[in-house]
Amino acid sequence: MRRVWVLVAVVLVVLAAGGIGPAAGEPAALTIYSGRSRDLVAPLFERFTASTGIQVRVRYGETAELAATILEEGANSPADVYFAQDAGALGALAFAGRLRALPEQILSRVEPRFRSADGRWVGVSGRARVVVYNTRRLRPEELPASIAEFAQPKWRGRIGWAPTNGSFQAHVTAMRLLWGNERTRRWLLGIKANGARAYRNNTAIVAAVGAGEIDVGFVNHYYLFAFLRERGPAFPARNYFFPGADAGNLVNVAGVGVVDTARAPAAQRFVEFLLSPEAQRYFAGETFEYPLVSGIPANPLLPPLAQIRTPQVDLNHLQALEETLKLLRETGLL
Amino acid sequence: MAVTLPRPGSIGRQAGARRPAAPPFLWIPAVLVAGAVLLPVAYLIVRAAGADEGVLPLLLSPRTFRLLLNTVLLGAAVAATAVALAVPLAWLTVRTDLPGASLWRVLTVLPLVFPSYVGAFALITALGPTGLLQVILHRLWGLERLPELYGFPGAWLTLSLFTYPYVLLSVRAGLAGIDPAVEEASRVLGRSPWATFRRVTLPLLRPWIGAGGLLVVLYAFSDFGAVSMMRFDSFTTAIYLQYQGSFNRSYAAVLSLVLVALTVLVVFLEGRRGRVRYHRVGSATARLPRRVRLGRWRWPALALPAAVVAAGVLLPVAVIAYWLVVGLRHGETILLSLPPLVNSLYAALLAALLTVAAAMPVAILSVRFRGPLPAALARLSYAGYALPGIVVALALVFFGARYAAPLYQTLALLVFAYMVLFLPQALGPLRAALLQVSPAQEESARTLGRTARQVVWSVTIPLARRGAVAAAGLVFLTTMKELPATLLLSPIGFETLAMRVWSAATEALFARAAVPALLLVLASSLSMGVLLSQEGLRWRDE
Repeated sequence: MRRVWVLVAVVLVVLAAGGIGPAAGEPAALTIYSGRSRDLVAPLFERFTASTGIQVRVRYGETAELAATILEEGANSPADVYFAQDAGALGALAFAGRLRALPEQILSRVEPRFRSADGRWVGVSGRARVVVYNTRRLRPEELPASIAEFAQPKWRGRIGWAPTNGSFQAHVTAMRLLWGNERTRRWLLGIKANGARAYRNNTAIVAAVGAGEIDVGFVNHYYLFAFLRERGPAFPARNYFFPGADAGNLVNVAGVGVVDTARAPAAQRFVEFLLSPEAQRYFAGETFEYPLVSGIPANPLLPPLAQIRTPQVDLNHLQALEETLKLLRETGLL
Repeated sequence: MAVTLPRPGSIGRQAGARRPAAPPFLWIPAVLVAGAVLLPVAYLIVRAAGADEGVLPLLLSPRTFRLLLNTVLLGAAVAATAVALAVPLAWLTVRTDLPGASLWRVLTVLPLVFPSYVGAFALITALGPTGLLQVILHRLWGLERLPELYGFPGAWLTLSLFTYPYVLLSVRAGLAGIDPAVEEASRVLGRSPWATFRRVTLPLLRPWIGAGGLLVVLYAFSDFGAVSMMRFDSFTTAIYLQYQGSFNRSYAAVLSLVLVALTVLVVFLEGRRGRVRYHRVGSATARLPRRVRLGRWRWPALALPAAVVAAGVLLPVAVIAYWLVVGLRHGETILLSLPPLVNSLYAALLAALLTVAAAMPVAILSVRFRGPLPAALARLSYAGYALPGIVVALALVFFGARYAAPLYQTLALLVFAYMVLFLPQALGPLRAALLQVSPAQEESARTLGRTARQVVWSVTIPLARRGAVAAAGLVFLTTMKELPATLLLSPIGFETLAMRVWSAATEALFARAAVPALLLVLASSLSMGVLLSQEGLRWRDE
């Protein structure tokens, strides 16, 4: 039975060793909590290290779960920077008083509509809501002028959406701000009455449109490009932007904030780096998102940001999700 | 050899057996382990206390009841299916002359190496409304649409297919430990093989079926990945939604406590078995069981294992292989990265060792000692297992960052998290193994002058060795696949294969996800080999 004791002792020693190792990391390194996946942004972080010499340590996870993690960590949060996939999560952290105010010279690089009103976070790349459609079933001329028209009976059995998905919920919040609760409720009920199929996320919707399970889906614009890259141009789905300043044309942002517990002085430099021409070109070229700093063109496959006629929505209000969740519950979608 | 034959319909109750009070060297570590496992519940209570009155409409809404009902139905259906698959498969591969029985013994447990979200993805690709099967049927007979896979059927099929090995492994361990003399006596008394199986073997297997079935039910309660891919709304969906949609941790905590209550109920119901004797009385060594001849059923009987292996092993392997090829064709760079593989193996090994060490005192207490404390400790251990991974992870973030800052985001805390999550997986096989060991052996060691502590170390634990290996194997496999706790609690920069698969798959880079997924499956399969080599299944040919 000595063997069992030895085994237990080995486990404890190894655990202790493992415990000391990573904790004693260099304090100079910058700790980033990234709600954006490694496959998208790791090369960008490497470029930051290459150009500044500052080491970065990155925790990758889901945007909302990392926000919850920072909230639970309280005053002992190791995070210096929070890099989120949507404005709502940044708003929630700012609302909880967990983000530091950024200096004006950083904020001013981005249009006011893509940053926090009190300067606690700044958008770094734009993501447009679009309708993805199956090119074998539909021509773009057949698509309506407003997202409102999808509630008409002719779209019965043809729509996919993701009521549980964060970017869809942000979009519904925007609709509420634009249309009011009543009209949004009627629209939701109309889409529901059309037998819209509920998917888990944008990726699943684009896949389903490509497979012909559905004809159209409400998604963010860049998911399509991952499919085009993997399956080639024959993949039978494309994005559709509404022609007018429609509620369907919301442009949300992925953004960044400095956590209130940040110790690394380099946190601000990282935010500046994300707004540098190099990083902005990376978003245009690699993730097919819209650069938000003026003078950097969008990917040639996309209509320019200035041409998308976005409705007047304050992204600062997108964290007001409780009301949206309530509406989605009342309409039986959640 | 003195053998007590169970009476029809009931097994001899161990009436009047005297059990001593639990010694401190057992109950102190057991209480510590139980305390650790209860951390998530403590966290939920702290968070739930902060909820405003808005939580009441949420809690009492029809949707909450519907989700609870969905979850209960899913858990019951998955467990029933898992048992219905596992018991015949265990019997066929262990006790009969099924062609290639030893190969099927390995293949039928392999579905366990696939994370349930990978399994769900494979099933959607193959059986979805416009999946491969539909394409084939369309070419052959012009079929436009398959019956709907999404929703309950998909969630039920996926979870049944990829979790039934928990019951299978458990039942096989049970079969290996049953004294064949009991079954033979039943045959001698004129019962048919079927009646013997039903009246003698099956009742003796009850604790193993129960232990495996409980793991499957609670897995179904806590699963998010597969269930959400299949677009089935369970209670876990509601909990995730509170985090993802509104960052409202108090509401999420209140909902999670409902899941805890449901778990308590299920564990209580499962534990209502009376105290029954499952071990031999008399001679310490059992004879080898006789192999059952299937006769003309020998080849038709292959249909069950073949169908299960085709859906649970071949299908996901084919889907991963397909994406590997697609990726290569489109110039995806396939980087065979070693560190995530090493990290996965290392963390899983540590988790397996720690979890078995932690489960041992709880198992010994709950099997060998009477009283409310031992029984309660064993049941408490299920607290973490039925909760969604994100809840347990955030609980340890809360306690780790606030009260154990030096350990926070270290491998030690991550492995501790795995222990909290997977303790029941170790407890099941350990308890089952101890149930098959007669206390008489321990008592005679006491008579020969050993102390209680010496007996535990020199008799009880060695006799539970086979159960310990099975326990370690299960925890290892499950840890390899774990995601939410790994994402939030791992040391920064510590990457596992599961994290790689997740990162690529969330960006729809399925081709890039294929290599880590393949490595994950291969590494798990190899460890499964070690696990199976310890099963010690033997029989004699007539």
